[in-house]
Amino acid sequence: MKRLIMAVWKWTDDRIGISDMLGPSMGHLVPKDSKWWYVFGSATLLAFIVQVVTGVALAFAYVSSSSQAYETLQFITNQAPFGRILRGMHYYGASAMVLMVGAHLAQTFLFGAYKYPREMNWATGVLLLGMTLGMGFTGQLLRWDQTAAWSVVVAAEQAGRVPIIGDWLARFILGGNTIGGATLSRFFAIHVFLIPGMLIAFIGVHLWLVLRHGISEPPVPGQPVDPKTYRQSYHKFLEKHGHPFFPDGAWRDFVFGTGLIVAIALLAIFVGPPKLDLPPDPSILGADPRPDWYLLWYFALLALIPPKVEGFVMILVPAVIGTMLLIVPLMSNKGERAASRRPWSIAVVCLSVILIGSLWVVGVASPWSPNFNPGRLPVAVIGVEAGPVFQGAQLFDDRGCLNCHLVKGYGGRRGPDLTYIGDELTQDNMVIRIVNGGVNMPAFGNMLKPGEIDDLVAFLSSRKREKGKL
Amino acid sequence: MSPRWPAGLRIYAMNENDIEPPHPEPPSIEPPKGEPDLPHGRIVMETSQMETDPECVSRRNFFTKLCIALSGVCAMVLGVPVVGFIVAPLFRKTPEEWIALGKAESFEIGKTVNVTFLDPSPLAWAGITAKSAAWLRRVSATEFIAFSVNCTHLGCPVRWLADAQLFMCPCHGGVYYKDGTVAAGPPPHPLTRYDVRVVNDEVQLRAMAIPITTTL
Repeated sequence: MKRLIMAVWKWTDDRIGISDMLGPSMGHLVPKDSKWWYVFGSATLLAFIVQVVTGVALAFAYVSSSSQAYETLQFITNQAPFGRILRGMHYYGASAMVLMVGAHLAQTFLFGAYKYPREMNWATGVLLLGMTLGMGFTGQLLRWDQTAAWSVVVAAEQAGRVPIIGDWLARFILGGNTIGGATLSRFFAIHVFLIPGMLIAFIGVHLWLVLRHGISEPPVPGQPVDPKTYRQSYHKFLEKHGHPFFPDGAWRDFVFGTGLIVAIALLAIFVGPPKLDLPPDPSILGADPRPDWYLLWYFALLALIPPKVEGFVMILVPAVIGTMLLIVPLMSNKGERAASRRPWSIAVVCLSVILIGSLWVVGVASPWSPNFNPGRLPVAVIGVEAGPVFQGAQLFDDRGCLNCHLVKGYGGRRGPDLTYIGDELTQDNMVIRIVNGGVNMPAFGNMLKPGEIDDLVAFLSSRKREKGKL
Repeated sequence: MSPRWPAGLRIYAMNENDIEPPHPEPPSIEPPKGEPDLPHGRIVMETSQMETDPECVSRRNFFTKLCIALSGVCAMVLGVPVVGFIVAPLFRKTPEEWIALGKAESFEIGKTVNVTFLDPSPLAWAGITAKSAAWLRRVSATEFIAFSVNCTHLGCPVRWLADAQLFMCPCHGGVYYKDGTVAAGPPPHPLTRYDVRVVNDEVQLRAMAIPITTTL
């Protein structure tokens, strides 16, 4: 039997040339000390393979019709054998791909591996990062529920800010003038055919470049890159300190990749896929669209910047970040690679992580969003059951103040916490604020009667710290 | 008949029978030392010699340009219908039809209510996505205002807080007064209004595209 299998393999290999084709790639020399720091690229590729495999499987049941997609998702999640796990694996696979491509980018940057002669490795990698985020966003929209439908509108509105062609882009995203039959199918085509096709092409180029220029050797302080001598010294280095990629170098990729897939599967099994919201009915207005976690930082950024510059930030921030990443090798393609000799590179990575992480944390809390279900202030918080203070508290609930302001843990976080506002503002100042409003507060002067303002001020003035407590 | 090959052409071949010599003196069939053997019967022409032969240059230029031109033709043949098909929805005109919302007396003066209606010409498979909504306010016995539900900031659906007499957006906290003007937060413009009319005591709204804010 073994002989037969070997004979079949030899015949097939001879006719197709598998060994000739893959042999040099598998056996090419890589630096011996390129260890665990170098697994993120292959992990990204593996996550992409997970996405392709699970995506193809999901496409067996998913119907990309605006009217039926939601029902097919319900079927996949709740009825189809393994459907819930597959949806979960597709979701966590996407998360893994974003995380791994981010880690790969950071490692490449810190190791100065974008320098000569690997400038185009870096550039194609940056494009692959953009495509990965594009896949993440379009994938979220294929989860065709209320949040997805409204996210399409948000995307169209953002595209609308692009000068000159903004309106055209927005209509292109919507598939017409409104959400409708044409909306979902175009995102399906983009998510399933267009971007994956580009991803596969650029992954091919990226891998070719990795083979062409070799895996960068771990940087050594005091050994700068000199384009005149680099290739020669790199090949000498490989002859001395290299070993074949497979299996000597690749085993770590397999170990890490296996761990990644197991983690994806465990999350899919025990945490499950993201829950489906209400159906994508544009006439239901209770939607609260939020991007998935990997774009939540950008959502937070748009909420926190001053409205006057928001349009510019909306368009320029992605363009500037993309352009800056692309031109990194053009700014410095030689010299020291070691992060210890490029402390600014550590600062850039740390600042980026802190900035994106902070925005992400704020995005999860979304304190700028009003609380639409604040309930009513209990008597225990108000302190009395009748009189102006009580009447003021009722107005505070009814007139939407509680949607945005917090009082002893009740209410929203859009505006300042008013738990102790009686200690901080005089009654006159309160009246001025209530009547005139502010940047993020409506002017209630035309909506409240003088007696109502008095009651509100009475309630707010009673919000004081207890004596003896700080 | 011997083929007309440029003078000085070198031929490498493994099988001399495959090649008819172009010159009285047959060229060497052995590759020069240091150069690899070529596959069986393969002919290699030195490009430097082709580049200097005017006739050859002319033919090669022609074929190069022909290939580029034909590639362009192929791209056009494929591209025109593909691009046309993809961007076609942009040019599909939504008929701005008047849509009946109900009898005027069913709307209370001073109240703002949510009204739902269907896209005037939905695609057959649009399903529930053909539905749409607006906020309708009866200002007086004869005056109605209909607001788009889309926040002018980023298009999220604004909600009406009846007691507060405010529209609020869940996404970034945009707030509008009851007349649709901006009360607070990031919205750059008031809520977009639909055309509304009353015909035979019936309130009608003219359907329109989702308003897109295009100013920076």
